[in-house]
Amino acid sequence: MSLTYEDVIAKYEPVLGLEVHCELNTNSKMFCGCSTIFGAEPNTQTCPVCLALPGALPVVNEKAIESTIKIGLALNCSIAPFSRFARKNYFYPDMPKNFQISQYDEPICVNGYVDVEIETEEGPKKFRVEIERVHMEEDTGKSLHVGGATGRIHGAEYSLLDYNRAGIPLVEIVTKIVPGTGKYAPEVAKAYVAELRDILRSLGVSDVKMEQGSLRCDANVSLRLIGAEKLGTRSETKNVNSLRSVERAVRGEMIRHAELLNKGERVVQETRHFQEESGLTRSGRSKEQAEDYRYFPEPDLVPVEPDAAWIEELRAQLPERPSVHRKRLQEEWSVPDKEMAAMINADLLDTVEATVILGSDPTKARSWWLGEISRIANEQNVSVKELAITPTDVAEIVALVAKGELTDKLARQVVEGVIAGEGKPAAVISARGIKVVNDDSALMAAIEKACAEQPETAEKVRNGHLPAAGALIGAIMKETKGQADAARVRELLLGHLGQA
Amino acid sequence: MIRKSAAEMANALAQGAITSVALTQLHFNRIASVDKDVHAFLHLDTDGALAQAAAVDAKRAKGEKLSPLAGVPLALKDVLAQKGIPTTCGSKILEGWRPPYDSTVVSNLKKNDIVILGKTNMDEFAMGSSTENSAYGPTHNPWDLARIPGGSGGGSAASLAAFEAPLAIGTDTGGSIRQPAAVTGTVGVKPTYGGVSRYGLVAFSSSLDQAGPCARTVLDAALLHEAIAGHDPKDATSINAPVPQVVAAAKSADVKGMKIGVVKELNGDGYQPGVRARFEESLELLAKAGAEIVEVSCPNFEYALAAYYLIAPSEASSNLARFDAMRYGLRVGDIDGASAEEVMKLTREVGFGREVKCRIILGTYALSSGYYDAYYGSAQKVRTLITQDFTNAFAKADVLVSPTCPTTAFKIGEKSDDPLAMYLNDIATIPVNMAGIGGMSLPSGIADEDGLPVGFQIMSPVMKDERMYSVGAALEAALLGTWGAPILSKAPALGGVA
Amino acid sequence: MSSLSRDEVANLARLARIEMSEEELVNLASEFTVILEAVARVQEVAGADVAPTSHPLPLRNVFRPDVTTPSLTPEEALSGAPASEDQRFRVPQILGEEA
Repeated sequence: MSLTYEDVIAKYEPVLGLEVHCELNTNSKMFCGCSTIFGAEPNTQTCPVCLALPGALPVVNEKAIESTIKIGLALNCSIAPFSRFARKNYFYPDMPKNFQISQYDEPICVNGYVDVEIETEEGPKKFRVEIERVHMEEDTGKSLHVGGATGRIHGAEYSLLDYNRAGIPLVEIVTKIVPGTGKYAPEVAKAYVAELRDILRSLGVSDVKMEQGSLRCDANVSLRLIGAEKLGTRSETKNVNSLRSVERAVRGEMIRHAELLNKGERVVQETRHFQEESGLTRSGRSKEQAEDYRYFPEPDLVPVEPDAAWIEELRAQLPERPSVHRKRLQEEWSVPDKEMAAMINADLLDTVEATVILGSDPTKARSWWLGEISRIANEQNVSVKELAITPTDVAEIVALVAKGELTDKLARQVVEGVIAGEGKPAAVISARGIKVVNDDSALMAAIEKACAEQPETAEKVRNGHLPAAGALIGAIMKETKGQADAARVRELLLGHLGQA
Repeated sequence: MIRKSAAEMANALAQGAITSVALTQLHFNRIASVDKDVHAFLHLDTDGALAQAAAVDAKRAKGEKLSPLAGVPLALKDVLAQKGIPTTCGSKILEGWRPPYDSTVVSNLKKNDIVILGKTNMDEFAMGSSTENSAYGPTHNPWDLARIPGGSGGGSAASLAAFEAPLAIGTDTGGSIRQPAAVTGTVGVKPTYGGVSRYGLVAFSSSLDQAGPCARTVLDAALLHEAIAGHDPKDATSINAPVPQVVAAAKSADVKGMKIGVVKELNGDGYQPGVRARFEESLELLAKAGAEIVEVSCPNFEYALAAYYLIAPSEASSNLARFDAMRYGLRVGDIDGASAEEVMKLTREVGFGREVKCRIILGTYALSSGYYDAYYGSAQKVRTLITQDFTNAFAKADVLVSPTCPTTAFKIGEKSDDPLAMYLNDIATIPVNMAGIGGMSLPSGIADEDGLPVGFQIMSPVMKDERMYSVGAALEAALLGTWGAPILSKAPALGGVA
Repeated sequence: MSSLSRDEVANLARLARIEMSEEELVNLASEFTVILEAVARVQEVAGADVAPTSHPLPLRNVFRPDVTTPSLTPEEALSGAPASEDQRFRVPQILGEEA
């Protein structure tokens, strides 16, 4: 007898809080010179510093500071004139020092906001998500649990640790509590993470790949009775690793909380883990006693005091905000809302834009990427970006069509060829012998042949029944193996039958 | 030869009077004969040292330009990482660990072709003032084997006093270079914080730790100071500025017109009569050499000890968290079904000594929520007040002076049951670490009542380390004039084997 | 305030991951009472008007360029490991979940 979502929102108001961890794409780690490349052999990217060998000392990566300041600026934060690293002390085997270098009460960026827009039945609706802080910290190593049935931590006999990821720079972006989203809480949460992802990507500071863990979201959810002032007890769902999961996790937690509250039970303040398969969360093992992180200023590092000139230099490097950028493109390309949304949802806006920058007509570029190419990707069950075709290829094909050197049909063959790995468009065209038949005499021969074979149809056309021309054109195209320009065929045919 | 100063040994090497291999071997011979009594060393790297010495000799034979101390042997405190050489910090928890990297101090020693004989004993993780807290047994004072050699760097200081090495490296968090120097009749210098890289120095208290030179003369200390000092990009707290000209200062030994401030609070009650007598005599000698003696007051120094015993354990509780049996070092209790958490707890119980555990718990307490402000936070404020006291005092004097410690060497076991009495040893040395300034201890004579050496402390402002060398060298010269022979020639304990 | 109970010491030992016998807990608790009394003196002069010093030098903005430097070889990295397997550090089963 579980509650429906409608039951929940009829009675309760959800309050969100979102913490996003983003791995920066610096070349080297946060505090040492080890490489950050994803997927290396275990423990090949470690050194005395990130293994916490006795005596090793951290030194801050300047690029990581710059990236964090840029993130802060892009999120409308103030950049603190004085900030510091602190040690967060707790024991865990994937954290070599048994403390994490993080920022505590003196983060580098504070008090920002992100505006997000979601689609509702009443049209697009805007929400402002306020940012509490943006701070720097370091990632942990990875453990592989051996001996358990599922490779999970529970039931494992022992664990194997790889510290390649330990010390990769992480930026944590924490929102203030987000009230007032009402029934749209799940959508707002998703839209916020999506917007954040777009901003981070446009800044070029992170790979923002949720599936690889370079962007991770913790979603805090609490409920209070509509009209109530006091906040309810929140749960914190960890490491939600896709946009869809953000939405599902928030929705799922709202329902779970409401069920507890309706039964008169209490929501436990705890960490929960999102389970992709069921869309539900499960309780983390609750600790028998509270942790006490014993934060104190990291004595091995000195404070960060970015001066105004540095901040302005970084501000000048900021790209156009993605939402503004999108608005501008939509206007320039005169794309209807729905088509724009389709491009964004398919994650192809940047691809289409790149194609347009290379000279393609925006409508053509969009229709190739969202039409034929997406269809092939779908068929092959891969993402468009995994296909072997690039914006340069598409721009070239569009140009050839415009010049009349390819027909739409031939262009499709070229696209197929490029995707099949036959090479660049020029190579596909020459290898497949694709060529538009431009020779009017050759076309005329085909026209005469078709008219001779279908005299009755030809007669109908001659008598002014133009739709009948289709059958003749089909035959002519077949005769010329599709390499003729259909428009030119029609023109010549109608002329031949006295209808020009 | 082994009783000469490092500078004299360097001269002999330069003139071809002896090879580095022979000089190194002489020291290993000396170690073989006396170290069973002194126990200054935890590990000897005989092969490595002799190979290094041979390499220096080869360079010299080829006529290569060598650094001033090239070929001179040195003893390294076992708290500094040396690639491939056991580094235990005097603790069971690191037994058998061989670092895969060199500390910057060791890199600098190697760059200067200084021959590293081995690793010296110390209080576990540098926590102590007597070297009794070493998991590998105490070191004995060459002046009287029943007495402590100071700590934590008792091994380094004893190796000098026993003529097992002419140079040594120590580290000083609250006096661990200067107090052992004082009680063994040797010279020890804690440079300005940030003057010598901490990279590869196994941290006790990061904001206080500083490596520095230990020697038998002020000039030797200066030569070693210049060899190990300098900016290191691997240590974010390293000062990016030229190394103070300490060798030139030690050679000039000029104190004419210098103002020497006597810290009122670091003398008087609680200081042994012989310590006070030698201190007064030294002041007279400095005045005779042309210095002006003034009195300064540092009223907040009385809180320094309390603040130190909050700050150092707090940082240590975090620094020592990495010794958890997961990646290196001891692992205890890893039997079927044991969890990582249990193994960590058992290993840390067995691997750490009592004093270390006590300080970790104290530091954990001082940082814990609800107590942070009252303890760690307040201690940091005291640190500000101490620094202000120094700033005010240095406005009136070029250097400040005091006895290095209240007493001469005490007997092994005498204070091990009384932590507070033990901590009082460091009362005069701790303020220097709190403010990050430079401090030196050099011998000022022998206390009449027990015949044991007494230390004289000189403190200089941040990155003005050359001042303490000028004053130290001047005092050393004046004292030598009154003694007629170096103070260590009066050490009785090893007389028979010396 | 300047004293510690046996239970408080036990909690601190848990936070510090040190196993302690009952006897050790009791002994430390009584020893701490003496030490805490001595160190609590810092509160006498630590007024609200005094800024804390967490570092002896006024250094600021010390950074390294974002340049990779050679890592240890996996053999070196694992050279001190009490146990290893498949080029990874082998550790006993981990009970608690990450904080």
